[in-house]
Amino acid sequence: MVRETNRYFKFDWVTIILFLLLVAFGWLNILSASHTGTEIDYFDFSQPFAKQIIFIFLTLILIILLLALDAKFYERFSSVFYILSMLSLVGLFIFGKNVNGATSWYAIGSFTIQPSEFAKAATALAVAKYISDLNTDIKTLKDQLRTFMIILIPALLVLLQNDTGSTVVYGAFFFVLYREGLPKIYLIIGFLVVLLSILALKFGAISTTIAAILAVILLHFFRKRKYPILQSIFIITVSAALSFGVQFFYESILKPHQQDRISLWLGLEKDPEKLEEMKRTFAYNLNESEKAISSGGFTGKGFLEGTRTTGKFVPEQHTDYIFSTVGEEWGFLGTTLVVILFVLLILRILHLAELQKSQFSRAYGYGVAAIIFMHFMINIGMVMGLIPTIGIPLPMFSYGGSGLWAFTILLFIFIKLDSNRINEW
Amino acid sequence: MRQFLLFFLVILCGFTFIGRLFYLQIYKGGSDNLYDDNAIRKVWNYPKRGFVYDRNGQLLVGNQPSYDVMVIPREVGDFDMDEFCKLLKISRETYDKKLERARRYSPRLASPFVPQLSKEDYAVLQEKMRKFDGFYIQKRPLRKYETTIGANVLGDIGEVNNRDIKNDPYYQMGDLKGKNGIEASYEKTLRGVKGIKFIQKDRFNRDIGPHKNGKFDIIPEQGKDITITIDANLQAYGELLMENKRGGVIAIEPATGEILSMVAAPTYDPNILVGRERSKNFTKLLKDDIANPLFNRSIQGVYEPGSPFKLMNALIGLQEDVITPEEKITCYAGYKYGNRFMKCHCYRGRRNNMITGIQESCNAYFATTYRRILDKTGDASEGIDTWSKHAKSFGLGNFLNNDLYVGQKGRIPDRAYYKRIYPKTFYSTYTISNAIGQGEVATTPIQLANMVCAIANRGHYFTPHVIKHIKGETLPENFTKPKYTTIDKQHFEPVIEGMHAVYKNGTAKFLNVKDIEICGKTGTVENFIKIDSVRTQLTDHSIFVAFAPKENPKIAIAVFVENGYWGSRFAGKVASLMIEKHIKGYITRKDMEEWLLKHSLENEYAKPYTGEPFNINGKTQLQIVEEAEYYRLKQKLNQLNTTSN
Repeated sequence: MVRETNRYFKFDWVTIILFLLLVAFGWLNILSASHTGTEIDYFDFSQPFAKQIIFIFLTLILIILLLALDAKFYERFSSVFYILSMLSLVGLFIFGKNVNGATSWYAIGSFTIQPSEFAKAATALAVAKYISDLNTDIKTLKDQLRTFMIILIPALLVLLQNDTGSTVVYGAFFFVLYREGLPKIYLIIGFLVVLLSILALKFGAISTTIAAILAVILLHFFRKRKYPILQSIFIITVSAALSFGVQFFYESILKPHQQDRISLWLGLEKDPEKLEEMKRTFAYNLNESEKAISSGGFTGKGFLEGTRTTGKFVPEQHTDYIFSTVGEEWGFLGTTLVVILFVLLILRILHLAELQKSQFSRAYGYGVAAIIFMHFMINIGMVMGLIPTIGIPLPMFSYGGSGLWAFTILLFIFIKLDSNRINEW
Repeated sequence: MRQFLLFFLVILCGFTFIGRLFYLQIYKGGSDNLYDDNAIRKVWNYPKRGFVYDRNGQLLVGNQPSYDVMVIPREVGDFDMDEFCKLLKISRETYDKKLERARRYSPRLASPFVPQLSKEDYAVLQEKMRKFDGFYIQKRPLRKYETTIGANVLGDIGEVNNRDIKNDPYYQMGDLKGKNGIEASYEKTLRGVKGIKFIQKDRFNRDIGPHKNGKFDIIPEQGKDITITIDANLQAYGELLMENKRGGVIAIEPATGEILSMVAAPTYDPNILVGRERSKNFTKLLKDDIANPLFNRSIQGVYEPGSPFKLMNALIGLQEDVITPEEKITCYAGYKYGNRFMKCHCYRGRRNNMITGIQESCNAYFATTYRRILDKTGDASEGIDTWSKHAKSFGLGNFLNNDLYVGQKGRIPDRAYYKRIYPKTFYSTYTISNAIGQGEVATTPIQLANMVCAIANRGHYFTPHVIKHIKGETLPENFTKPKYTTIDKQHFEPVIEGMHAVYKNGTAKFLNVKDIEICGKTGTVENFIKIDSVRTQLTDHSIFVAFAPKENPKIAIAVFVENGYWGSRFAGKVASLMIEKHIKGYITRKDMEEWLLKHSLENEYAKPYTGEPFNINGKTQLQIVEEAEYYRLKQKLNQLNTTSN
């Protein structure tokens, strides 16, 4: 009998409640951002807010299903999920439907589905499965390369479909690998590459190279254990190559609209007229979204009272820019609440992941946390103008069935795995 | 260590976001109010401006719609500039200049871009307006004058300036506001309250319906119609008589203080200050600083009153008991005081009592009276303060506190005033010119007309005003309560008799009008101007005051004609004709009318600017108007007679 009562309580209700709160609050904002008149018809299923109700309802069924399945099932069939998922991505090149320049949708009648959303969950399972294998040692180069392959395949596939946003999310797996023992050198190299790239873009390749030389010389003086000269020269050479490479990449390979985004973000454009021009064109969304958030002030204008939201000043407001609705209508109180909910959710998942006894569950949990974190960071960062525009949805919040289900699957597999940890020994 | 990396990054990210939100929403942000929200289109709805009727119910000022192109600089989008400029008939440079000016005023508030479109331009533009983000057409009522007279009374409306907006936040750039005359004094009554509609826009700047179903909209409040005390016919007649002259005519109904007409000459057609030509015409009027048509001589012109002021000295003399109506004072063809002499046109040895003194306008008589008033207690300082107090009780020497938009205080000196000139000793002879209304005494035509009202009423007056009726409002007590002078009632009769004698036997006996008992007083005032810093005398001002009939007066009038020479020559004729016109409604003294239309003083006014020496007064030839001008005036007169019948 004791076991029976435990059956429901062994699920981590904190995570579930955080998830439900985000979904519910998300829906209120979708309603605000997408309703058209003063009279709201909740059964007008051509409207996003009404459709989202159906998606949420289906989500609840999906949750029951996910929790009902045996925990071992996910581990055992992870490779199958992965392969199916990759096939569905490849299939897009043949059957895919082009929406806003990205070929990432299957269309069955009026119903569309975005396989790249589900591919993240499949990849998380596959990565967890591979590194938890007894034969895998992430400290060896061979296994490192194999793991990278698992991650790079879907990342490249979505990149080829012009879905840059989703590609960037695959960077989340770095955190999983690092947690599971990837050598520190990757972290250092990764950090330096990002730093050098930004410096090279902002100050130019020559200045960056000079800075790198100075840094190496300084290190040389302050360290007791000296680096060999050859190694120093190597570092400098690589830094210089990277700097010039990034500059070349920026100037010659990136498309003009991508250049513009980066140039706006790093404040490279000094001509005020050109800046105004940018604000009217590609940075229009960002500009309007910032204005909408600002206009909310401390307490916001109130639910359904946002004039910029009602006027649809922020394009795509119910999807990628949903956070600006929160900003306008719920003010600083609302936005801070959303940020805190996300931070708590991610930290809770990380905390649970650390409690796992099996490496598979832990690695998977890390994957879940890292993926949600990447989405959270990129989406809200973008809407507030902290990072360049990269179009990805805010998990649980943004409108869309595929996204919501994908995150439900991602999260509830982990909740199921977690509920099972006492059974594992 | 490894498990803390992501943990740490998540928390760092959370704090960064909250920091950024704090910056965006609290430091930089704040709730838009509706007026400041560029997601809401504000559609201003200007109410009908109140109509203006004359005392007989004739519509003087109505409305016509006007269309302004307005701009909100920060909302100006990308569109075909050349097409827009072509539609507005402006060049690209003008476009840039206007936009820059609007931006400097405020990038987020509307400024007028091209005011007052013609109907044709409006029709073409209206259909295409949607294409031009940031621009819209504002309809507002513009004045339409149903008359060509009374520009100085009616005033005009014009665009508010920055100061108006700062003083009263009701106004916005491009709003129209009364600038002068009754348009200015009754601005709040006439304008009503403008309404506003809040329209929700989408990001393509299209209207998608009323914001919150119009919950916050304000319904415009119509301006109220007003009736003014002016008699349009009398006003038109006065303006006609004063053509080719300069000066002011004020006619008041003594029993009420209602201003029947207020003529300032030269004047202009109020219609020229309406529409696109307004600023050009206004500049033209403003630049004419010789004729100065914007200067309302009837209420702003400060002149030495001359002989009509003798009436005041007679009244004060009686009140102070220094003279009786019967006492006779000998005139020596002038008045000798100390070793100086003031001339008079009486024959040597003529003995005047008060009535003949007024009738003949004897300088010696009033010099004596004035000195007696000042020297009554033996202290001229005390005497002049008493004198000043009495004169001021007639509304002289200060603003009348009425509903006219402009005014002048005039001047009635007292001891304090003379302290600057005569700090130590002060004798009555120092200011003897005041006895005959010259020297330091100065009044405006309206003050003098008001003084005549007080005499006609035998001791009280009503503050002269121009408002007769506002729908649903009563007039302020200031206009309906009599104000009493410090002179006792019985002292007025001898003075009135004197004024009557002026018409019977005196200086105005050629101005008599059949069947009307007029009381009047002529005035001829020396005046000087500086030409190249040389004080030069010009031909005297012709001044006349009168009221009629003698019992139960219906009209009191003051006429100033600049450089018209003696009082009955120009001013007296104007006064007599206006009195007849008002009381009878028609003119029997066609000879006087003819004479006034035929004669012009323009050559007098041109003299100081010729740069050559010139003669004045008796040594001049009176100018006769040219045939064409005479014909024009006759035409106007005929028109006036047909409309008034």
